[in-house]
Amino acid sequence: MNIIVCIKQVPDTAEIKINPETNTLMREGVPSIINPFDLHALEAAVRIKEDLGARVTALTMGPPQAENSLREAVSMGADDAVLLSDRAFAGSDTWATSYALAGAIRKLGADIVFCGKQAIDGDTAQVGPETAEFLGIPHVSYVRKIEWIRDNTIRVQRLMDEGYDVVESPLPVLLTVVKELNQPRMPSLKGKMAARKARIRIMGKADIDADEDSLGLKGSPTKVKSIFAPETKAGRMMLGGGPEEQVDTLIKELRKIRCL
Amino acid sequence: MSVIVRQDKCTGCETCVDSCPFDAIEMRDGRAFINEYCNACTTCLPVCPEGAIIETEAGAAPSDSGTKFADYRDVLVFAEQRDGRTAPVSFELLGAGRRLADRLGSRLLAVLLGADEAEAEELVRWGADRVYLCSDPVFRRFNDDTYAAALLRIIEEQKPSIVLAGATPVGRSFIPRVAARLRTGLTADCTSLEIDGETGNLVQIRPAFGGNIMASILCPDYRPQMATVRPRVMKRGRYDEGRTGEIINTGFKDLESRTRVVETVKEVSEISVNLHEADIIVAGGRGAGGEKGFKLLRELAEAVGGVIGASRAAVDEGWVPYSHQVGQTGKTVNPKIYFACGISGAVQHLVGMQSSDIIIAVNRNPDAPIFNVATYGIVGDMFEIVPMLTARIKELKGQS
Repeated sequence: MNIIVCIKQVPDTAEIKINPETNTLMREGVPSIINPFDLHALEAAVRIKEDLGARVTALTMGPPQAENSLREAVSMGADDAVLLSDRAFAGSDTWATSYALAGAIRKLGADIVFCGKQAIDGDTAQVGPETAEFLGIPHVSYVRKIEWIRDNTIRVQRLMDEGYDVVESPLPVLLTVVKELNQPRMPSLKGKMAARKARIRIMGKADIDADEDSLGLKGSPTKVKSIFAPETKAGRMMLGGGPEEQVDTLIKELRKIRCL
Repeated sequence: MSVIVRQDKCTGCETCVDSCPFDAIEMRDGRAFINEYCNACTTCLPVCPEGAIIETEAGAAPSDSGTKFADYRDVLVFAEQRDGRTAPVSFELLGAGRRLADRLGSRLLAVLLGADEAEAEELVRWGADRVYLCSDPVFRRFNDDTYAAALLRIIEEQKPSIVLAGATPVGRSFIPRVAARLRTGLTADCTSLEIDGETGNLVQIRPAFGGNIMASILCPDYRPQMATVRPRVMKRGRYDEGRTGEIINTGFKDLESRTRVVETVKEVSEISVNLHEADIIVAGGRGAGGEKGFKLLRELAEAVGGVIGASRAAVDEGWVPYSHQVGQTGKTVNPKIYFACGISGAVQHLVGMQSSDIIIAVNRNPDAPIFNVATYGIVGDMFEIVPMLTARIKELKGQS
């Protein structure tokens, strides 16, 4: 069985601050990490490898620096690492990203494709399902448990608003996973050695039989028009005094606006 | 359209480098240089003190969407159902959709899969001009293939200019497949939707980078323009008992799904959590310290008739189940009153609750970011404040 895990190198959004003067992102010193959801995707793939036998390939699309996240994936149990990198991919929105990823996955071949449910920098949750559509295979989103894999079929639990669905799908399939699925492992010493020696395979636009007009900024239907800082709410009121006075004032205020 | 640095004007001050949300500006030989990761968002233009960053070849003429997309007119809303009942987010989408349709002078269409005619009539009263109804039981349970195929057929036939859906587990799962197939743009989790007066394009505003920044997104060269919206973000429109519209029963007998839902399991935690619907939410964070703190919060929730919410920290600690989590990786809520107790207010939490009507924050740290969004801020110990508040409210309710 071949399993591909799509990972993304992202800035740690918890570390990002806004420059209050220029209203722009302050990226300096913000560490790059593997998108947290993707670690759960990788862990799921490695567990299937351990249980049933499989070859696990970590795939990322990004600039050359994204190689670091691939090495980290190898240290956690991926067998192969593929970096999809080409100037032509720059500026891709979710449509163009999925198009390129699907091109690479088609070339590599996979029975199961894993993705995290969303990336923490864009938060769209679109690349997984869009990639499945380009590949012409089914997908299941928000997988929180894998019940079994047999006879070319997989049964999983899909997290919904008020519980979960038990869903069966034929292989090949694309799954996007949530954090409840598992606890990602720490890299082993052996894994770290493997990561250091790992050969990273680079794929460019020529390797994925892509239509040039569907790549990068040019191939992206959505355009970022502008970027601005979120508004902060005005009219806040700090309640002074001791605890009793504070509670008193709050009750009065809430009664004044008829909330109590 | 692209953005370049005029090398003759650049002084190498590096001010622009950090302003770029895409990491696309680098220093080369002491001058700023815009690399291939540029999205042409133009954030850096006003940042440069020298005015050295400019947009070029505006000649990529503002696409004349008026004539090019003359066939694409209406606004279409995907109305989601659960157990045959229309989900509340659908009414919110109809509110937003009605406003856009009126602005464009077009019709508001709705698609309802797996519900009956009475539910379709409700959609008309909430603002739809025409409802495409498919009552076939195959749609009762959600499968991406059948939902995508049905919606695709209606979109290809009706050619709407705008398609809106809820950013729910259902919408977020199958709508991207539809957008991929249609070769068009899809913008997730929009918090504001407007029509650009000049071009007639849909201006889609959404948070990015964990809510640290807002992006305004266009889909100028493809139709339809597709967007998802989180529950409780848009306001419902006007409900009109006497409103009439068209209900079209669509056949769709031949749709097949590769995936199959074999079972649907409801998981309801001890306090029925319906955070999306709640008028009052009492939420706790790391500062609640554990079970004991949440016991106090439950007592307050009971007194005010609210439900329990939690920050990710409290959920990760195992004090409260995930279903109570508010924030980026939890639920977006919009209650009348949100009590944030012992929650410091990481941006990931704020994006999930900052549109609440009234926010009451209790925190020991006066510098906690939660106070930036709070309507009323109390610097103090929640173990002292919360029981006092509960007692006072019980007292008041006892009187009335």
